Amino acid sequence: MTHLPAQQDLVLQADASLHLQGDWTLPRYKLLSRASLEDAGVVRSLDASRLTGLDTAGAALLVKLLGAESLQRLAPTAIGLSEERRALLLAVASAMLARGAEPKARRWRLGDALADVGATVLSGWHNLLQFLGFLGLTLLVLASLLPKPWRWRYTALVAQMQQAGLNAVPIVALLNFLVGAVVAFLGATVLAEFGATIYTVDLVGYAFMREMGVLLAAIMLAGRTASAYTAQIGSMKVNEEIDALRVQGLDPIELLVIPRVLALLIMLPILSFVAILAGMLGGAMVAVLSLDISPARFLGIVQEIPLKHLYLGMSKAPLFAVMIALIGCLEGFKVKGSAESVGEHTTSAVVQSIFVVILLDALAALFFMQMDW
Amino acid sequence: MTNNKTGQPPEAVIEVRGLCNRFGQHSVHENLDMDVRRGEILGVVGGSGSGKSVLLRSIVGLLRPSAGRVTMLHKELQTLTPAERAQLERRIGVLFQQGALFSSLTVLENIALPLIEHARLSRRDATHVAAVKLALTGLPASAGNLHPADLSGGMIKRAALARALALDPDILFLDEPTAGLDPIGAAAFDQLLLTLRDAFNLTVFMVTHDLDTLYTTCDRIAVLSQKKVLVADTLEVVAATQDDWIQEYFHGPRGRAAAVADALVRGTTPT
Repeated sequence: MTHLPAQQDLVLQADASLHLQGDWTLPRYKLLSRASLEDAGVVRSLDASRLTGLDTAGAALLVKLLGAESLQRLAPTAIGLSEERRALLLAVASAMLARGAEPKARRWRLGDALADVGATVLSGWHNLLQFLGFLGLTLLVLASLLPKPWRWRYTALVAQMQQAGLNAVPIVALLNFLVGAVVAFLGATVLAEFGATIYTVDLVGYAFMREMGVLLAAIMLAGRTASAYTAQIGSMKVNEEIDALRVQGLDPIELLVIPRVLALLIMLPILSFVAILAGMLGGAMVAVLSLDISPARFLGIVQEIPLKHLYLGMSKAPLFAVMIALIGCLEGFKVKGSAESVGEHTTSAVVQSIFVVILLDALAALFFMQMDW
Repeated sequence: MTNNKTGQPPEAVIEVRGLCNRFGQHSVHENLDMDVRRGEILGVVGGSGSGKSVLLRSIVGLLRPSAGRVTMLHKELQTLTPAERAQLERRIGVLFQQGALFSSLTVLENIALPLIEHARLSRRDATHVAAVKLALTGLPASAGNLHPADLSGGMIKRAALARALALDPDILFLDEPTAGLDPIGAAAFDQLLLTLRDAFNLTVFMVTHDLDTLYTTCDRIAVLSQKKVLVADTLEVVAATQDDWIQEYFHGPRGRAAAVADALVRGTTPT
């Protein structure tokens, strides 16, 4: 390979003929691109008799230097150019002429940031409307299915219940067990100062029955199941499977959404109950092992907690379940055509469903307090 | 055509010897031998499920064969160190059946990616070279800034070809390149392939079902059947081979139509 400075590979002679030499190939592109012509218009002919290599990258550079039109004019009469290379130059030149004008890049303007804010607010509003529409659509399909038990899809329902519910039991139980232990430690530390260590049991009991059990189970499912729903339905959308269902006269809502919503509706309350038990077990372990409260004493105190707290906590589970399932499915349907879009909407599904779960939990806490429950 | 000048076939750039591919109990290739010679366009045909794509995948190294040896440009891919392997992979270009464009990048960025990563061009230079490749494959300039999801099937094929050509490879692998193109686009593709082959002495390994492409572009045709290469030779020899599938393929209604069309173009009588 020659190590000549680039300008020597491109020489404009006095008779207005342009001499090319050396390898005009991709590995030397960087070097060659430093060569320049003062005025491409004066070139009358091309001399390529000392050209040792040419590929599309080299041809691209010539297009850049001379312009596609003059290359197309010069290539047929070029001296010392093999037929193959001439064909390549002509193919590149005519392709560049045929491709049309470069689209103009949009310039940034002062109001753009403001417009972005507006667009974000509008899209938030549209998202809300879309969600309400989807909720209505799902309820409508559900209502229309109720009197037709022969169209209920038990297999899909049970499969979803296993995936979203049964398979989540170990992780939900472990998570709540650990948080239960942490809450007990926290309670013991604070309450010991008042000599009220025994109230640690009440703290764990109340916390898990009313709030923590269902909240942690719902957040777990929001991360685990909402994302799965979006990814499943989203990939089907990318593969045009949803369209295939539609043109066969099958309703994607009935086939895909209803079993998923019902599965979560059944499983989240059960998971919440498991979560409450696991949390209290975690608390009991700390109480027994490091606070010297006997298991019998622990159970005795737990039995004194009014049952309504358990009911209040569990009453939120179906609401969370419907929100998580619907958000997961809807985000799946919003996927457009690419793997990247599946990723975007999966993230969005998890963020939205966790946000909605916590928001609803806060609202419910306020409501229950106002009602003196 | 380079292979008739000296009377002796040019060296093989791809050598497949005793290739076996098995998936569990199911065997796709048994003792398959095959050569691809420098500068030729080899068309690979075979019925559905005859293992054309599997063969392509095992040659480019995406699939480790159960047994046998694949040599490409005198190097055996499976025995190379990762660095040598990357070096070799730079010299091949693959056009996948579905295009396999990176969906998070625009078309121009897709083509510029290997130029930036391997040829170490600046982003601006890479974009310019990418624009030329894009134009070569017949896409308008406005397509460059689109994402793959916004392209039609034919445009995806062209953009993917432009990406396969990005580094001016020695060997080009094409998996059903003209499937999904309209006849005009397919004919333009055939012409482009010939121009590129002549300009760079490019070797092309092409899996195809398009009989017109076979007639117009291919120097040799390899027929995959019964788990091996049944015959690999010029079109005339292959079409005359006594085998039920081959006879059905080349002398069925579509095969005859393509032969007539080719004869009309060349001004000879159909084989």
